[in-house]
Amino acid sequence: MSHTMSVYGLIIGMLLATYLPRLIPFLILSDRPLPEYWRKFLKFIPFTALGALIFPGSIQAVEGESFIALLGIIAAGVCAWFNGGIILSVVVAVGVVGLGLCF
Amino acid sequence: MKRVSKAGFMAGVPIFLGYFPVAMAFGLLAKTNGITLEETIGFSALVFAGASQFMALNLIQSGAAFMEIVIATLLLNFRHFLMSATVASRMETGSKWMRLLVAFGITDETFAVAATAEGKLNYHYLLPLEFTAYSGWLSGTVCGFIMGAALPEVLQKSMGIGLYAMFVAILLPGVRKNMWAGVLAVAAALVHTGLAWVKVLPSGWNIIAAIILVTAVGAWFIKEQEA
Repeated sequence: MSHTMSVYGLIIGMLLATYLPRLIPFLILSDRPLPEYWRKFLKFIPFTALGALIFPGSIQAVEGESFIALLGIIAAGVCAWFNGGIILSVVVAVGVVGLGLCF
Repeated sequence: MKRVSKAGFMAGVPIFLGYFPVAMAFGLLAKTNGITLEETIGFSALVFAGASQFMALNLIQSGAAFMEIVIATLLLNFRHFLMSATVASRMETGSKWMRLLVAFGITDETFAVAATAEGKLNYHYLLPLEFTAYSGWLSGTVCGFIMGAALPEVLQKSMGIGLYAMFVAILLPGVRKNMWAGVLAVAAALVHTGLAWVKVLPSGWNIIAAIILVTAVGAWFIKEQEA
């Protein structure tokens, strides 16, 4: 198999591997109301998913500098807590990490 | 027919800004790994999954087999099953075809924004949100491939925190409104960190196990009116 063929084959394989988990819930969960337990389950997922996405990933987000990464996350947290909004929080975090890397 | 929601585009702007530098890093890395521009665009346009694309470059480099990469991608992205289920359950009745498109645009970030938005969701809001995120990912990929090496190294390294800062900024307003949101998030963060540390499960499963475990226990103990 040529290099080009195998890369495109891989792209198609990965397309299926990423699309199917996203697609199947949309096909099976249409308009039927769910029982109370499952309604709560899906209602809580945003919070648990965000918690699990932030840690431990964030402290490995800056190569070899987990303390600086943690400072960046704390800065974003303070900014967001006082209604800084998403964009400002991101800019502040990147700024804090950039400064941290310079010193 | 309802108009395409401007709110959807606006909600996508922070994601665009967060994706752009990460996608640039992907474009640059793909180029240095000998992937062509067309193939690199193919990855970002069709796979549209950040961590998996980086992982694929890594595995290609180390000579991994086709199935190994595809299965690793499936494991890494299975968490989107939970996220899609959350968004799908909150969507208004609508066109079946539009659901296929909305499903393609579900990522950690579009999910986070959509799932914390108020009220019912529809594709007039979701598609512009996802389109904005998608264009950030694609344009960043192309820019990274073409001129990524020109970025100063400090900037390249510090951009990595951006997406996490976005998650924090999406989570905290919910926590301010309701203490239980914070309890659930901290519990999931601790369980995920613990699972990642003991390394019993394959790496993509840690986050899925943490989300399911904490959500299942939470849904058992927390009463609907409290949360």
